[in-house]
Amino acid sequence: MFDFALILESVPFLARGAVYTVEVSVLAIVFGLVLGWILGLAAVSGVGWLRAITWAYVQFIRGTPLLVQIFLIYFGLPAFGIDVPAFWSGVIALGLNSGGFQAEIVRAGIESIDRGQTEAARSIGMSAFQALVFILVPQTIRRVIPPLTNELITLTKSSSLLSAIAALELTHAGQLIIARTFAPFEIYAAVAVMYLILIAILSRGSALLERRVFVNY
Amino acid sequence: MAILQVEHLSKSFGTTAVLHDLALSVEKGEILIVIGPSGSGKTTLLRCIHCLEHPDRGTIVLDGVPFGSGDGPGRAWRPDPPRVLDAKRRRVGFVFQRFNLFANLTALDNVSIGPRRVLGLPAAEARARAAALLSRLGLAEHAAKLPSQLSGGQQQRVAIARALSMDPLLMLFDEPTSALDPELVDEVLQTMRELARSGMTMIVVTHELDFAREVGDRVLFMDGGRVVESGRPAEVFSQPREERTRMFLRRLLRTGAPHHPTGHEAAHKIDTGADRRA
Ligand SMILES: Nc1ncnc2c1ncn2[C@@H]1O[C@H](COP(=O)(O)OP(=O)(O)OP(=O)(O)O)[C@@H](O)[C@H]1O
Ligand SMILES: [Mg+2]
Repeated sequence: MFDFALILESVPFLARGAVYTVEVSVLAIVFGLVLGWILGLAAVSGVGWLRAITWAYVQFIRGTPLLVQIFLIYFGLPAFGIDVPAFWSGVIALGLNSGGFQAEIVRAGIESIDRGQTEAARSIGMSAFQALVFILVPQTIRRVIPPLTNELITLTKSSSLLSAIAALELTHAGQLIIARTFAPFEIYAAVAVMYLILIAILSRGSALLERRVFVNY
Repeated sequence: MAILQVEHLSKSFGTTAVLHDLALSVEKGEILIVIGPSGSGKTTLLRCIHCLEHPDRGTIVLDGVPFGSGDGPGRAWRPDPPRVLDAKRRRVGFVFQRFNLFANLTALDNVSIGPRRVLGLPAAEARARAAALLSRLGLAEHAAKLPSQLSGGQQQRVAIARALSMDPLLMLFDEPTSALDPELVDEVLQTMRELARSGMTMIVVTHELDFAREVGDRVLFMDGGRVVESGRPAEVFSQPREERTRMFLRRLLRTGAPHHPTGHEAAHKIDTGADRRA
């Protein structure tokens, strides 16, 4: 029998896990956005060694499992005397990971803008940097909102991997309750619904951002 | 004294030589028309004068100030440092075949961003000047619109206003009406006519022969990266001295001005091939 009472009882604890998930994800998203834009701009900068570094970084992030990246931070850094708690290990690992993917999105976004835009900017005497700041980046922002939204959804869901380092996020909160109640189906179902709600909020926010904040051009 | 003096200009892309030891000069207030078959190097010539493309060799002197350095005849071109180049480039206005208005900015901001960001004018002053320029070109009612909300003709006129916003010494037009639907061509030509009348120095690549005859002081026929013939439009059009000019004009009169409203790249490739074989 499906035990609704049990779900109701565990909601407060799961909600605490959900808050943890949101906190870790939001911080990682901010970190990833900053890193992604820096790397993305470096990739189109035309400076050879900057491009090479970005390329190598993106290859590493794409070519290795996120779980291994999380373990590298959480279990690996203490070997150098740097002890990072689970929460911040999560923020760093997810942020570094997402930054790699966001760099690709930003790079592709900038490269998709017609060359004529840059040439017109240069033709009125703008420097390459001014053309980037006033013309290319504003157009890129609008263009990358949909792919970045997908990336942020992926990141939020991927934060469940932090249960492997006993971070008290949503999935791990569920596991702890299951260890006590032996009701995996009810609890994982509740966990799933909570993720659905978080993702729905995120998608909605992004759609609003796209429509309200940036005019349609 | 000539406001623009170009000598020994050569440019190749990889192994394709596009401009061969080309010379031209433009007097202040003069309207120079450039015609020639597709692939003859007209766009490349304008882009070199504007330093959007670096020549291989030659000298380009604008109002007594050379572009590039250490570039006597036969010597390799050394471009100016970026900052110097940006400052020189803004003294020349460029009007593109495909408008290239900034898609993220309104018509007014397209015209005010140069004075604001490049010349460092206060925002209010830059906007006031842009508004005045737009109304001079009959575009006042479109100031708040984005490029995507304007017709091709209106976009091209805003693009002309954008180039004028920097107070250039010289305006370059690269087939400014060839991407337009036929019924939109006249409004752009009218704007250029008025600009010419106001004393602006202009180099106009165009195949609108009536416009060229009426407005042009001199026409220059290019083929294969060389100036084949030049003279007063009325003379060159009615009594071309060179056989190549005659053939080109005959074809132009028969088929009308080359017109590529969509897919310029594709049209460009096909045209180029056809002209090579011709
Ligand atoms: N960036 C480039 N790289 C390689 N080749 C180029 C480049 N730009 C132009 N070319 C070549 O240079 C030649 C001259 O081109 P250009 O665009 O200057 O001709 P055009 O006279 O303007 O022709 P059209 O009437 O089609 O505009 C062509 O053969 C063209 O393919
Ligand atoms: Mg051309």
